[in-house]
Amino acid sequence: MALKGKDLLSLQELSQEDMELVLSTARSLKEILSRPIKKVPTLRGKVICTLFYEPSTRTRTSFELAAKYMSADTVSISASTSSVQKGETLADTARNLAMMGIDLVIMRHSVSGSCHFLSQILDIPVINAGDGMHEHPTQGLLDIFTILDYKPGIKGLKVAILGDIAHSRVARSNIFGLTKMGAEVAVSGPSTLLPPEIEALGVKAFCRPEEAIEGADVVYVLRLQLERQSNSLFPSKREYQDFFGLDHDLLSHAKEDAIIMHPGPMNRGVEIATDIADSPRSVILDQVTNGVAVRMAVLYLILGGRE
Amino acid sequence: MANNLLIKGGRVIDPAAKIDERMDLLIEEGRITKLAENITAADDVEVIDASEKIVMPGLIDMHTHLREPGYEYKEDIRSGTRAAAMGGFTAVACMPNTNPPCDNDSVVFNILEIAEKCACVRVYPIGSVTKERAGINLSEMGEMKRAGAVAFSDDGSPVSTAEVLRCALEYLKSFDAVLIDHPEDTSLSQNGQMNYGLISTMLGLKGIPRESEEIAVARDILVANLTQGKLHLAHISTKGSVSLVKQAKSKGINVTCEVTPHHLVLTDEAVRQTGYSTNTKINPPLRTEEDVESLRRALADGTIDVIATDHAPHHIDDKWVEYDYAAFGISGLETAVPLIIDKLVLPGIIDWMRMAETMSLNPARILGVPGGTLQEGSVADITIIDPKRERAVDPRTFESKGQNTPFTGWRLTGTPYATIVGGKTVMLDGRLL
Repeated sequence: MALKGKDLLSLQELSQEDMELVLSTARSLKEILSRPIKKVPTLRGKVICTLFYEPSTRTRTSFELAAKYMSADTVSISASTSSVQKGETLADTARNLAMMGIDLVIMRHSVSGSCHFLSQILDIPVINAGDGMHEHPTQGLLDIFTILDYKPGIKGLKVAILGDIAHSRVARSNIFGLTKMGAEVAVSGPSTLLPPEIEALGVKAFCRPEEAIEGADVVYVLRLQLERQSNSLFPSKREYQDFFGLDHDLLSHAKEDAIIMHPGPMNRGVEIATDIADSPRSVILDQVTNGVAVRMAVLYLILGGRE
Repeated sequence: MANNLLIKGGRVIDPAAKIDERMDLLIEEGRITKLAENITAADDVEVIDASEKIVMPGLIDMHTHLREPGYEYKEDIRSGTRAAAMGGFTAVACMPNTNPPCDNDSVVFNILEIAEKCACVRVYPIGSVTKERAGINLSEMGEMKRAGAVAFSDDGSPVSTAEVLRCALEYLKSFDAVLIDHPEDTSLSQNGQMNYGLISTMLGLKGIPRESEEIAVARDILVANLTQGKLHLAHISTKGSVSLVKQAKSKGINVTCEVTPHHLVLTDEAVRQTGYSTNTKINPPLRTEEDVESLRRALADGTIDVIATDHAPHHIDDKWVEYDYAAFGISGLETAVPLIIDKLVLPGIIDWMRMAETMSLNPARILGVPGGTLQEGSVADITIIDPKRERAVDPRTFESKGQNTPFTGWRLTGTPYATIVGGKTVMLDGRLL
């Protein structure tokens, strides 16, 4: 298998073929989630470690459940309750964990490139669960998987990604993944939140959201990452909501059957109005379920199968 | 004491006298006493066969971080000057961002005293412009100059404000010393990790716009014009900075500038290609192809006066960490000459004469130190280069304590063959003597 024993660090570095392999594997594994007994022996005897230097609800739980549903054992380390607090370096933490016999590390870290660094330290596979402002590849994969639940294909699909593009690893993984599969991607936010030369990645950039959203099949709203921002990127959450938040007026520019997505956690009433988040067009909770299936597929493809 | 030395049969490059000829050099009592064809010498004179080699005045690195006092775990005066000798440099000017900073004459004396004991090349301390490099009060630059400081800089940081810069440039007129500024508008570069552009967008690293340098270059040039002081701009890295300097020079403003070898050969693509190797993390950051092209042209046409290494050695503990947490800098003394020869001289972008001007004559003139020439009577600081010898960069063989180089494994043609300081051979054929 193409992914066996490999790292998953970014969608930029993942081929379209491998992306499709993950998606089709996830499609067949998703069925396990609806069984009364959610357990298959596929990864029995494998030990998976989640190493999180940043808070997480969805991603961490999703990876751990994906591992458990396939009978892998999991250990989880949080920076906030580990020897990281005593000043241990990432390199030392990682090497110590590896010495205990784990088979794969899933890491989230606030610094871009940390998973690349980790992969240079360890011989075992590394999965990036979000590194700084760089990428969150399994999020990109589960988003594409979710779009395919509602749309016949990705090629030619119009996807508008709204919000804090500059600080978003979700935006980058979606941009790399979606453009690789042939979608027409538009990104939009106040220009202070658009990174330089973003159009060179094959997307169109707009500083007025209604232009980006015009005729969109998918409207993807990003979380406003208040923790990553400096002071002068926008004046207030109130003004942000007023001009850039997704409300009914803005949504009216999209296609009638456009779906609404968000990676969570949401700032309700800031980047997305509550009634839109909870509307029938919102597939935000489907993304969460699909996240488990996609992560099962990734773990299976990297760790599973015969030796 | 047979302090006499004959360098035979080399291609002698003297940028001060514009000589490029095959000649012999006789050195007696630390000075060059004869420059002529076919010198025959007494039996007790040590002879270096320099046929097939280039002989030029000793290279002077006017931008080195020796780290002592305070950061001896990264580098010290002994290891840093050994690295310099290996790299073909006969002198280094060391920046004052030590701990304590070199902001008064006692630190200058201390550095010179240590250098006297254990340095194998000349060490020229650079004093800080402001006390504690804090950017508020001028440091005692007169006393530091008297103690042996050759220039003044708050390097590591820019001179804080236009007013502090104005006062420093005015005040230094009494002491005839150059002020070296590190041009950076830190409000634009704050928390930046690499060049601002497509690659920083792809990698999700905070960008440092070219304009953070160019705003400071423009400010510095304007204040130099206001004061008619003597200003040198450290490590310029952008096309925009080149054009500002060019414009300033055409107006007759007294400004000089330098470029590093790494800014002449690498672009921000290196950060991506190395998978975020922290050895690509440097301030100013590696820029783009367009900037590299412009810097190369400016070096050739005289807009850029000096090649300086900005040798910034770091301990592995300061580099083997996440990108944002890593220290800025490249250990550059032992790769500078091979890089310049392989990437600039041999491809014909600059010639040997220009290399000698920018790495020896111009630094000597800007700092007001001896060297830069091989004329009879001048101090015998000499660098001999083997232009054909190819070597692979291997940081494990560095004399510097800093193994932080992005050039590991690069095969480069052109190697320092001998480093001669005051008539004494301190390095010969890759070995320190």
